[in-house]
Amino acid sequence: MTKIKAPVSPFRIIVWSLLFIGAVIMMTPIIFMFSASFKYNDEIYELALISSEPTLSNYIYLFENTEFLKWFKNSIFVALASTVSVLFFDSLVGYTLAKFRFRGRKLVFIAILSTLMIPTEMLVIPWYILARDFGLLDSYIGLIFPGIMTGFGVFLMKQFFESVPDDYLDAARIDGLSEFRIFTQIAMPLVTPALSALAIFTFLGNWTAFLWPLIVTSSAELFTIPVGLSSFSGEFQSEWEMIMTGAAVATLPTLLVFLFLQRYIIRGVILGGLKG
Amino acid sequence: MSIGKKRAITAWCFISVPIIYFILVRFYPTLDAFSISLTDWNIVGKKTYIGFDNFIRLWHDPVFWQVLGNTFEYLLLGVPISLILSFIIAHSLDQVRFGHGFLRACYFIPFLTTAVAMAWVWRWFYQPVPVGMINLVLGQLGIKQLDFLRSTTEALPAVLAPAIWAGLGFQIVIFMAGLRAIPQSYYEAAKIDGAGAFRILREITLPQLRPTIVFLTVISSIGFLRIFDQVYNMTQEGEGGPLNATRPLVLHIYKAAFERFEMGMAAAQTVVLFVILLFITIFQLKVLKND
Repeated sequence: MTKIKAPVSPFRIIVWSLLFIGAVIMMTPIIFMFSASFKYNDEIYELALISSEPTLSNYIYLFENTEFLKWFKNSIFVALASTVSVLFFDSLVGYTLAKFRFRGRKLVFIAILSTLMIPTEMLVIPWYILARDFGLLDSYIGLIFPGIMTGFGVFLMKQFFESVPDDYLDAARIDGLSEFRIFTQIAMPLVTPALSALAIFTFLGNWTAFLWPLIVTSSAELFTIPVGLSSFSGEFQSEWEMIMTGAAVATLPTLLVFLFLQRYIIRGVILGGLKG
Repeated sequence: MSIGKKRAITAWCFISVPIIYFILVRFYPTLDAFSISLTDWNIVGKKTYIGFDNFIRLWHDPVFWQVLGNTFEYLLLGVPISLILSFIIAHSLDQVRFGHGFLRACYFIPFLTTAVAMAWVWRWFYQPVPVGMINLVLGQLGIKQLDFLRSTTEALPAVLAPAIWAGLGFQIVIFMAGLRAIPQSYYEAAKIDGAGAFRILREITLPQLRPTIVFLTVISSIGFLRIFDQVYNMTQEGEGGPLNATRPLVLHIYKAAFERFEMGMAAAQTVVLFVILLFITIFQLKVLKND
């Protein structure tokens, strides 16, 4: 059907304006957070977004006098290590379940799928006891071990590997590639959209994770950003500009990644959300 | 050795480590949680098997019922509000070309934030004058100040707001993907038949979006039932107050397990959470099967 070019209707202008106002409201908390992080304590009660004399002193204080830098590094380490591990293991399992025929395949798949129904909250108590018994409380391994592999990722990757034609893999076999190299060099590159979706979900999930890191860590040098920010803010109660600076530091990395990879992230979220 | 057998061995080699992992870190802890729920245990002493006593005590505990009530209040407010808002926004955004990418980004970005960080931002907003933005603005407009986090009735919606806010971007993006998947020809046929905008919405858009709506209802229900980060960080001392008015199940579990070390009691509550989530999953499977 050909559309007749009509002048922009007033209804459309209203819809657009409402959407715009909504968008501004959505961004308000983030904008005010960043704005406050550049203010001195006595300006924080003013609604002006840009301070008359912007300052970096909050950031400098935060990185020099508190353990924020350490927490930041911990968070990066935990999130990256978990993501790499999840990408490797979940695709290995997904690939095996999709591309190999062996007895027990279905059972393994259903068993792993069924773990999706178990909420983390139910597992934290046994995990805590497990970590205690293995001497992993308050350690990096303790932070990471619950998220080395995920049922969600296995499910997602299996679906994508199923669409990889067997001919590709067989051709590689005839060329004499080992099964493991077929997986890493032939199969993995064919499912990069799924891998990036999984990477986004895993990194974001670990970066923002709060409950388990709160439970498993007790010394400040092992805190991740959310746990550190929570304890720090509890102490700094009324110094909102410091708290906002901490919150900004926690928010900035994911925001920056989004600004650079916007398309991939939204596509990845749709992919992971709908197929997962 | 036959090729088939060789490949089966390869397969088991590939998944052996993951299988051990899933048994050790998923299945064993799940069973362990059930078994701990039947004991009285303070984590250091001896586990005493007490059957279903923890569940019976929970049944007679008014605080637990209040907590359960709060948890469902988060769900019953959060799910419809976030779904209706995100549908309206997605539906409008779908028709907008000018500045589409920018608007979508604004709605999506909150989804990428850290709940703990944003909880403190909102907590700041909710403070009484002269600190809190919202009351500052209300004051300038000459509207009565709100107590927000200090009031037993306003605190729960106030804690819920950042959770809705942060999840909206995800729901909008999923709704938009769902809208895009509806064949354009349906709309054209409806227009030829002279159907109005409302009828198109009711008879084409919403029915076509049914799987998306079911999916988002389930995902967001599970999310609101598990609310924790916001409550822990927005309420005084992370207590879920005032007077337990905002305390959800997960916070109650956390307090029992890791502050009072009543492991049996806490595990029993996780079993309750598990059963509730199980019902939701079964509901989802049932509804989708009917399609």
